[in-house]
Amino acid sequence: MDMVSFKGIIFIIAALIAVAASVLMATRKNPIHSALWMIVTFFAMAVIYLLLNAQFIAVAQVMVYAGAIMMLILFVIMMVQMEKGGKGDPGETGRSAKTKVAGALITVILFGEMLFGALYYQMTGRSGDYPVAMVNSVGNVRTIGSLLYGQYLFPFEIASILLLVGIVGAVVIAKRKE
Amino acid sequence: MLQEIPSGLCFILSGILFTIGAIGAIIRRNVIVVFMCIELMLNAVNLVFIAAANALSSMDGSVFVFFIMTVAAVEAAVGLAIFVMVFRLQNTVNAYEVHLLKG
Amino acid sequence: MADTIWLIPFFPALGFILNSSIGSRTSKTFVSWVACLAIFLSFLTAAGVFWEFLQLPATARIYEREIYTWIASGELSVNIGFRLDALSVIMCLVVTGVGFLIHVYSVGYMHGDPGYRRFFIYLNLFVFMMLLLVTGNNLLLMFVGWEGVGLCSYLLIGFWYEKDSASDAGKKAFIVNRVGDFGFLIGIFFLFLSLGAQGVWTLNFGEIGRNAHLLSGGAATVITLLFFVGAIGKSAQIPLYVWLPDAMEGPTPVSSLIHAATMVTAGVYMIARLNFLYSMAPDTMLVVAIIGVLTAFFAASIGFAQYDIKKILAYSTISQLGFMFVAVGVGAYAAGIFHLMTHAFFKGLLFLGAGSVMHAMSGELDMRNMGGLRKKTPITYWTFFIACLAIAGIPGFSGFFSKDEILWKAFSSSQGHVLIWLLAAVTAGMTAFYMFRLFFGTFHGECRASEEVKHHIHESPRVMTIPLMILAFLALVGGYVGIPHLLGGENAIEKFLAPVFGPEIPVKAALNFDIVSAAWASGGAAGHDGSLELALMVASVLIALLGITIAYVFYVKNPGLPGRFAARCSGLYHWVHNKYFVDELYDLLFVRGTLKAGDFLLKVMDGWMIEGLVNGTADWVKRAGGRLRKVETGYVQEYAFGIIVGAIIVVGYLIVAPMF
Repeated sequence: MDMVSFKGIIFIIAALIAVAASVLMATRKNPIHSALWMIVTFFAMAVIYLLLNAQFIAVAQVMVYAGAIMMLILFVIMMVQMEKGGKGDPGETGRSAKTKVAGALITVILFGEMLFGALYYQMTGRSGDYPVAMVNSVGNVRTIGSLLYGQYLFPFEIASILLLVGIVGAVVIAKRKE
Repeated sequence: MLQEIPSGLCFILSGILFTIGAIGAIIRRNVIVVFMCIELMLNAVNLVFIAAANALSSMDGSVFVFFIMTVAAVEAAVGLAIFVMVFRLQNTVNAYEVHLLKG
Repeated sequence: MADTIWLIPFFPALGFILNSSIGSRTSKTFVSWVACLAIFLSFLTAAGVFWEFLQLPATARIYEREIYTWIASGELSVNIGFRLDALSVIMCLVVTGVGFLIHVYSVGYMHGDPGYRRFFIYLNLFVFMMLLLVTGNNLLLMFVGWEGVGLCSYLLIGFWYEKDSASDAGKKAFIVNRVGDFGFLIGIFFLFLSLGAQGVWTLNFGEIGRNAHLLSGGAATVITLLFFVGAIGKSAQIPLYVWLPDAMEGPTPVSSLIHAATMVTAGVYMIARLNFLYSMAPDTMLVVAIIGVLTAFFAASIGFAQYDIKKILAYSTISQLGFMFVAVGVGAYAAGIFHLMTHAFFKGLLFLGAGSVMHAMSGELDMRNMGGLRKKTPITYWTFFIACLAIAGIPGFSGFFSKDEILWKAFSSSQGHVLIWLLAAVTAGMTAFYMFRLFFGTFHGECRASEEVKHHIHESPRVMTIPLMILAFLALVGGYVGIPHLLGGENAIEKFLAPVFGPEIPVKAALNFDIVSAAWASGGAAGHDGSLELALMVASVLIALLGITIAYVFYVKNPGLPGRFAARCSGLYHWVHNKYFVDELYDLLFVRGTLKAGDFLLKVMDGWMIEGLVNGTADWVKRAGGRLRKVETGYVQEYAFGIIVGAIIVVGYLIVAPMF
């Protein structure tokens, strides 16, 4: 009966949109279409995050994923299409259809396992120190900020170095030889 | 009225999204699409973390998702750089045609 | 002097080291001086010890010194030590004395040979090993010397190794010796364990001698039989004699030193050294005596139909060694050692003489191409003649005294038997015959050599003839140390060796036999009867003279007679001339089987199994790798698929595990 609440309805709608959009993304022939459906998926996920009281993450999701990463991908698609003169997927070579179907079926097993695990086992971890009400009263962003600069300072700094390395690496890899 | 979302549903959703991403990553020919499916898988995992953090009243989930996103961004940058290089050399976006690692 | 007895083996070892390390950069003169001097110094030291012994009372004539602890492991404690008693000092004198003369002879004989330096290095090494054998104070050190002389024999037989026949002969000698050495080694183990079971853990001769009585008769028999197997190999008795005739491929001084005077006598020395064990095992002694006399007879018969002068001498050596084994087999250890000594003199001389003949005849070996050398090589002729008289056992020469002592003891000792005496006496006659056949054939009659060889016949240089003369002198007078009581002497050598050999084996209590009249039998009841001994002595001299006369008739008076004789008994002649086909028999029985086994091992075990295993493993790894390689298809998505599969497995485990 708690499905009938407001949150529940929003959640179901967002979930359905996410699933549908991801299926569409995975099946479109045109990569631009796939990218666009991906963005829809990301927005749906952001909504779900909001419903789960992760406001900071929801915004970060939109900014980073739907904003930066998808933009990157779209630019690359454009670059590739332009140089190739707009050709889409060329004909199939190498692998047979049978391998593909087998791969797909086996992945479903993974899904089955996940389902089983999710439904059969109860979560028995002890309750954490950040109940929803308290966090919402202080502010989600502030809480995460204090955590990042407090308890998780070291990983935070490492992550920044990682970003630096990634930038330099990307530039080095993609540089044209002059 | 504002009750929490049951975590079990979130896990099921995450599982569906992950499976869709996995199948797509294995089957699709276009390398970019493969990459996007990988991002989808990462997102599914993010969802799991947030849902669990919500159920357990913990902020660790959010922090971890933060880091996952950071890494995903870096991975996107570097991965696409590699893809551009490979494309320049092999002149194809078909994953089936790039099998230099064979043997 | 007692503290310096280690010098006796040391000097030749020093000579060996000196010549092998710096000899190549020095002249031939230096090499020969070092080698000969080393042996001479050794001889002087041994003579010094002998001189001291003569001053000491009989029971004090033992010098034993240990210089180094070699093995100290659990119960086994072996030291490098030397023991000089009456037996060893006689052996040392023979080895170094005759050895020195042969070294001097070799300076002349090996002159011009490209392996000159190598020869003297090996010779010195050989003398060192032989001295180690006779002066070692424990069984293990003696065995080191035993093996060492076998090694030097191999090296020296195959000295001219480019010749196939020479290297084959060296291998044959070593392998046949090895068969004997195996028995020897098992004997050592058995002795050590048997004594150890009684609480005495030792390999030292003195201690074994003191504790030998602890052994049971059965154990003593087995041990002595095993040691005798070693002696059969080293001293060329039946059935392991086949290497000695082939050993004549080596240079003649080698044949003289190693295969006449010293190495082949090691077996006799070993039995004499272990006499206390043999005296406890009368069965083994009977075996020793029987094999000795059979070998003597058999080898002498082969000598009848050989034409190679060195081969005749080789078979003669085998035959004389048989005599020595008869001696120790009937308990007359002193007589055996006495004959060893005189044999070293006359057989060494015979070989050196043969070498001189070969030198004169430009390397000719076949008696049928010789003759008429009497006038052209007088020194060689007369020394050879003296040696032949000695070996035939003509009274006055050294061989007479020693051989006669053996014959008498074979007849009269409580371990002896009249049949052994009979066969030995017949063999003595045969010895006289074939030796004089050799003598007449080589030196008398018309020279049957080619014109070119005749031209070059000349007497050997002084450096070769002087050792001949010295040895001839010794062959003449060497017997006088053993003049028996019967002829007025005091048998000095037997007295000298008495402390080593313990109480004399008693004479047969009743010398009854059925071919001599009762009068003589009753007279001999109380042991040592002079008249019986005299009768036997006269009988052996007559047999020897008979042999010489027959040889004279056959080869000087009537040269066509042997040919007609051989034609009449052509079958017998064929057998004897071909040495009774013993070598062929061994080839059939042992050699072919071993070669086949080796072939099998090579093809099946090595080729199929081991190679198969090794190559098969490599091949299998390659094939497995080839198949596994197919996993790496190059398609990244298939790799991702692999990851998924892994994830499935891991997740599955995580889900399922908490349920159990």
